[in-house]
Amino acid sequence: MHPVLFFIFGGLCVAGALNLLFQRHPINSALSLIVVMSSLAVLYLLLGAEFLAAAQVIVYSGAIMVLFTFVIMLLNAGREERTHGSKAAYAVGIPGALALLGALVYIFLSNGNSLGMTILGGYWVVPTSFSAVLFHEMLLPFEVTSVLLLVAILGAVALARKEH
Amino acid sequence: MEVSFWFFVLISLLKVIIVTGILLTAVAYTVLLERKVVGRIQNRWGPSRVGPFGLLQPLADGIKLFLKEDLMPTNVYKPLFIAAPIIALGCALMSISMIPFGANIQYKGVDLFQISDVNIGLLIILGVTSIGVYGVALSGWSSNNKYSLLGALRASAQVISYELALGLSVVGVILRSQSFRLRDIVNVQSTHGLLSWNFFGGWQFVAFFIYIMAAFAETNRTPFDLPEAESELTAGYHTEYSSMKFAMFFMAEYANMITVGCVATLLFFGGWSSPFGHLFPANLGGVVGMALLPVFWFVIKVFFFLFLYIWVRGTLPRFRYDQLMGFGWKFLMPLAIANIIVTSFWLAYRAV
Repeated sequence: MHPVLFFIFGGLCVAGALNLLFQRHPINSALSLIVVMSSLAVLYLLLGAEFLAAAQVIVYSGAIMVLFTFVIMLLNAGREERTHGSKAAYAVGIPGALALLGALVYIFLSNGNSLGMTILGGYWVVPTSFSAVLFHEMLLPFEVTSVLLLVAILGAVALARKEH
Repeated sequence: MEVSFWFFVLISLLKVIIVTGILLTAVAYTVLLERKVVGRIQNRWGPSRVGPFGLLQPLADGIKLFLKEDLMPTNVYKPLFIAAPIIALGCALMSISMIPFGANIQYKGVDLFQISDVNIGLLIILGVTSIGVYGVALSGWSSNNKYSLLGALRASAQVISYELALGLSVVGVILRSQSFRLRDIVNVQSTHGLLSWNFFGGWQFVAFFIYIMAAFAETNRTPFDLPEAESELTAGYHTEYSSMKFAMFFMAEYANMITVGCVATLLFFGGWSSPFGHLFPANLGGVVGMALLPVFWFVIKVFFFLFLYIWVRGTLPRFRYDQLMGFGWKFLMPLAIANIIVTSFWLAYRAV
């Protein structure tokens, strides 16, 4: 049953991402991104990371995407205009993207044995053991990440202030 | 105990239908309770004409709302205009599935008094609350109305500001019960009756007050009901809605109230455990009593919280918007963090 769920929600994730690119109105793109974030949360749940799945929904779908939606609503962004794409972009872009995709697929398939297998749904990572690792072995990266976020917030506040 | 898949699905479906039916009836009668209690506070009867003591008033209100004309103004963004009340009501009704409202009584391996028992129940309730913001925000924007947009933005900013204080205030409870699972949180509190509840023996009264104030703001209830006050912004984000869609917003607000009351009961007041603890024998009332008494205690406590909501509504004046935001960010959030620190120190001291 787990592979079925993986394909359903992985497919939903990819469909949401494609919908985000092809929609003309930004609010539809924002809603598609919410679908992508929630499908990622389900994929985390399939891999056994229950706390991470809940955090993904609470933080990404429930807070960050709300801010995206606020910005789109406040700026009153309307439908995009359809522009004529340049021929050069099509001529270089599509083969380039396909080449990149091909290279990635080749690398992953040829090194498949050394990458190991993932088990879907075989175990749960209990928040207790997860936090034991986070606050013992990974304490320094955790604290440095919070300082990084603080620096980003201060930078945003400093940049957005009115000049007196 | 191994339980067959189809039996589990059947019993779960039955539980969902019964619980949703009870919840929707409770929402309708909470509206009546509010109107009568606020009326009594203001020294008048509430609705008392329809049926004895006004008890059929929700029926009359339901019929009225169904039969009103369902307007859709021109130039609204139709998909979101229709989807926003659905998101609001859906998220309001989803949280009830995590809540254990009775003791862990199992029938052929299926838990009878909780719809879904997951390890991260509390986090899922917080996540569903976060998603509920979209119902408010998208309804205001899609109404194509300046006042609705401003009202929706104010309401969503209020909700996301108080979500922080809400989440931080329950960390003390989680520290004491060492688990996110709602049954574990209640089991820790059911050992010695009244004294082992998180409010009393767990010393979480500060966390309880923060939770209650944040919950009042989350559900947009007085004194934080600026987004839907009649004299402000012409009814805010649900100005352009009529009939059933308006009823869905209305039901979502009261369902959120009930959910918040249920969660407060579980986290701080012992859930379904009786305040008498071990004073009475454990098998009081036989099998039926053991199954139904916990449900009775749970319902009594939730009823007390609903009454508290309505009582506060009839008593307190409204916050101004800057006072409201300052209260959430500058007072409740630091206080919640301080509560986490003090609780951690106390637990570490006790464990040494």
